[in-house]
Amino acid sequence: MAETRIPVAKTYKIYLGGKFPRTESGRYFPLNAADGTVIANMCRGSRKDFRNSVVAARSAFAGWSASTAYLRGQILYRIAEMLEGRNEQFVSELVLQGISKRKAVKEVEASIDRLIYYAGWSDKYQQIFSSVNPVSSSHFNFSVLEPTGVVGILAPENSSLLGLVSNIAPVIVGGNTCVVLASESLPLCAISFAEVLHASDVPGGVVNLLTGFKDELRDQFASHMDVNAVVFCDGDAEISKIIQEKAADNVKHVISRRDQDWSSEMSQNPYLISETQETKTTWHPIGS
Amino acid sequence: MSTDSTKLAFNDGWQYAPAPESTDHIQIDDHYGLFINGEFVAPEIDRYFESINPATEKPLSNIALASEKDVDRAVKAARKAYTGVWSKMSGADRGKYLFRIARIMQERAREFATIESLDGGKPIRESRDIDIPLAAAHFFYYAGWADKLEYAFPARTPVSLGVVGQIIPWNFPLLMAAWKIAPALACGNTVVLKPAETTSLTAMKLAEVFRDAGLPPGVVNIVTGAGPTGAAIVNHLDVNKVAFTGSTEVGKIIQRSLAGTDKKYTLELGGKAANIIFADAAIDEAVEGIVNGIFFNQGHVCCAGSRLLVQESVADEVVRKLRDRMETLIIGDPLDKNTDIGAINSAGQLETIESYLSIGQAEGAEMYQSDCSVPDQGYWCRPTIFTGVSQSNRIVQEEIFGPVLAIQTFRTLEEGLTKANNTPYGLSGGVWTDKGSKVFKMTQKIRAGVIWANTFNKFDPTSPFGGYKESGVGREGGMHGLGAYLKLEA
Amino acid sequence: MSIAAVPNDVRMPDMSQVALVDEVGVKERAARFQTRSIKKESKIEALQMVLSMIDLTTLEGMDTPGKVKQLCQKAIHLHDAVPDLPHVAAVCVYPTMVGVAKKALGDHNINVASVATAFPSGMAPRQIKLEETRIAVDDGADEIDMVISRGAFLQGEYGFVFDEIAAIKEACGKAHLKVILETGELGTLDRVRRASVLAMHAGADFIKTSTGKIQPAATLPVTLVMLQAIRDFYYETGKMIGMKPAGGISNSKLAIHYLVMLRETLGSAWMTPEWYRFGASSLANDVLMQLQKQATGVYQSADYFSKD
Repeated sequence: MAETRIPVAKTYKIYLGGKFPRTESGRYFPLNAADGTVIANMCRGSRKDFRNSVVAARSAFAGWSASTAYLRGQILYRIAEMLEGRNEQFVSELVLQGISKRKAVKEVEASIDRLIYYAGWSDKYQQIFSSVNPVSSSHFNFSVLEPTGVVGILAPENSSLLGLVSNIAPVIVGGNTCVVLASESLPLCAISFAEVLHASDVPGGVVNLLTGFKDELRDQFASHMDVNAVVFCDGDAEISKIIQEKAADNVKHVISRRDQDWSSEMSQNPYLISETQETKTTWHPIGS
Repeated sequence: MSTDSTKLAFNDGWQYAPAPESTDHIQIDDHYGLFINGEFVAPEIDRYFESINPATEKPLSNIALASEKDVDRAVKAARKAYTGVWSKMSGADRGKYLFRIARIMQERAREFATIESLDGGKPIRESRDIDIPLAAAHFFYYAGWADKLEYAFPARTPVSLGVVGQIIPWNFPLLMAAWKIAPALACGNTVVLKPAETTSLTAMKLAEVFRDAGLPPGVVNIVTGAGPTGAAIVNHLDVNKVAFTGSTEVGKIIQRSLAGTDKKYTLELGGKAANIIFADAAIDEAVEGIVNGIFFNQGHVCCAGSRLLVQESVADEVVRKLRDRMETLIIGDPLDKNTDIGAINSAGQLETIESYLSIGQAEGAEMYQSDCSVPDQGYWCRPTIFTGVSQSNRIVQEEIFGPVLAIQTFRTLEEGLTKANNTPYGLSGGVWTDKGSKVFKMTQKIRAGVIWANTFNKFDPTSPFGGYKESGVGREGGMHGLGAYLKLEA
Repeated sequence: MSIAAVPNDVRMPDMSQVALVDEVGVKERAARFQTRSIKKESKIEALQMVLSMIDLTTLEGMDTPGKVKQLCQKAIHLHDAVPDLPHVAAVCVYPTMVGVAKKALGDHNINVASVATAFPSGMAPRQIKLEETRIAVDDGADEIDMVISRGAFLQGEYGFVFDEIAAIKEACGKAHLKVILETGELGTLDRVRRASVLAMHAGADFIKTSTGKIQPAATLPVTLVMLQAIRDFYYETGKMIGMKPAGGISNSKLAIHYLVMLRETLGSAWMTPEWYRFGASSLANDVLMQLQKQATGVYQSADYFSKD
């Protein structure tokens, strides 16, 4: 009946401070399908994009970390809802990136469930990890968790969506903001996920998503003086060494999540939240 | 408002006669070897360094300088004790050893306090009332955890790490040893510990306690020396975890050295804490908190309240009261029971502090020192405050690690908070206000690991300690301190 | 009879501006004074100072002229076996015993202090309190120890309390006025501070902790708060006010720690009987025993010191 409609191809941009700009560098890298055709021209994020992302993440930190646990839980749940609504898009992007339909369906479902899992932790992990400390003087003393600040995440290379979600969720549910470098070879879902975040009341700057080359940007993640923790999920011993060395410039927390099976139930737990938290202990006299 | 006509007089009239702690009950050997595998042994290479009394500059003893080979011997002993004995022992039994250690420390408390003050220069009142009792309390606290670890980590099985290398500073020698060793042993690890080179003596006395407590050989090994000895521990391939307390500079070197290894680490580093006084505070108690914050232990405290932020409307009153209070501080012989401020720990540290006094004056700040006399021999620094300083001054930004306070003013809560957080450090902070909701706002917003509200420089074994940002990684003390010495299996 | 007018230069302080007190901090600071180790010559000097600052006190319902005369003898002859001992600062009695004490003390340069204003409760009409004060002064009292109306103070009737103190001060004439806050009934250190400020502004020459009839009487933390109030009043006005802890200070060691606290809070200017007193009945003998011990090196027995 109708003639074949010419589809509108999607432009994949980066997600920075709640907006979708192109990389400031104007560079791109082609993402090819299995048959060699170009799926999309991805932004090849630059050092400057990264720097701008950290600025956005830092300025979002005060508000996000001060938001109530209940609100953060609501927003994570909202992300899950939005992802559910765009289920098919993500499945097709995963398939486009070369995995089977069956696996793609499973991955999207697991990603949604993971968000709900962490949404539920928002107002509970504090209760698990906090303590009132019975000091031997007339003081009330308690220890609570606080977000460590801006977290850099080098997302897993081989898990386009689930690995990404599994690393972002525990970081932001704990009140941190983050800058994420998506899987270099499987970047499509990351940018679409940014659209989901954008539609889910996640304040701008809380999550900043870049696409680009790990070899080019890894050092920036490790060395930036205004990043408080760096999470990395791939790389050999040499890479891990470089990250650690550079992280020492500002005594960054370094969290290695290499060789993790992100589809496993074991890859979700509140200890992953606590890894990007600081323990704060407060003393106050008990008197009149 | 400060007027000469109403200045209080503290330096005339009735004075306190010297009240020195006797030293006839203590025994310091001429030479100390290394404590490896339950025995005091000579170093492989016959090298010793002098430990001096910083209050007199006279030598106290000669301490073995551990080489890489000695460190290797110590690590091997620790590994053997770990696989052969300690990792197989029940938590309850490990706990019994720790309880026993705590008790012996209590019994020998006076001796420990005296030696700590002789070797490190801190006032006997502090070593007697704070360092030594707290050190014993740490062993007592962690002793009880040894058979209860699984209760601290829901849904996880805690497993010991193996051999732990620990490097401690000179400001609280025995207390830092206790902070490090007690949780490590409670969690089932064995230890190689290096005390700071200027303060090795109480660590060697602690070794005697371990021996007398019957602690199995090799469970704790103590190697003495300076930086290279510490580096040998950090870089030893058979060490599973490194715990370090000291400067941020060295902490970064250690973090870099550990890059690419699977060693866990905790770092407890420097600080430049803001002590924030609001106009609605109990001012007299706040002044005590300022004094305790910066003059405790000669200011050799990583969490010292070295930046005073005082709200403008009470700034004159606070400074005036602080000056009067400073006149009552007694500086001198660390062994005198009335001494408030003892000797600076070493010639090198005194040089550092004095260089900052020059820097502060060159930066245009006004320096005030209390009017007390100091002995001719030894290393001394009178209590010092700088007024008229600003955020851009080095004496505001850099850790001095001495009895030197930089005083700034602020007008609004936001301004105070911004200044407080405007630092790469984040170890501690203080806030003084009588208004409850403001206490919570401030304690939440200060980016630091330990916040004292309407108090300062309080420590307890149950209370986690450690910093944000460049002040470190990990926590020591309390339940949270256990995590540093365990891996958690699902 | 009219209530004495408040002199023009006496003004009620703004009670909302009184400094705040943190109880735990005060207790920590007070405990620090007790870690001072006072030995040898500094101990002897302190003990002699304590003796010279004592208001030797008898305030019993069963007091008689005979008892008061004996106490006065003790005040004059503390322990004549030891040469060159200072005498106490004053003898403190009820108004009805002022005449007896005055006569018994003769010209020994020991003051007579009289409690007044319906001591210890203070529960009497103001006219009665003023009259009692005048009678004590007329009978020769050099110092009047009044009690504040704690009920009114706790009700927040600061103006009432202020006016009453000012009126009594007026009635004292040349006699020095010590104002007893009865801190054991005030409940918090904040109120101790507030009552101190009120009393000083109203004309107190001394502020005093307690009647001795209520527990707790003087404590180190309470005394510290009052000393701090005295210091701030001095900073503000240049006027020195005296301090008298009373009740519960019965041994030398504790008394010396009170002096340590005085020295490190107000400094040397206050360390005379003119500005500091101990209200005590049994402290003197313990101090004497300690002095004897310092002189002889031998621990003493109470049987060798007169109990009056």
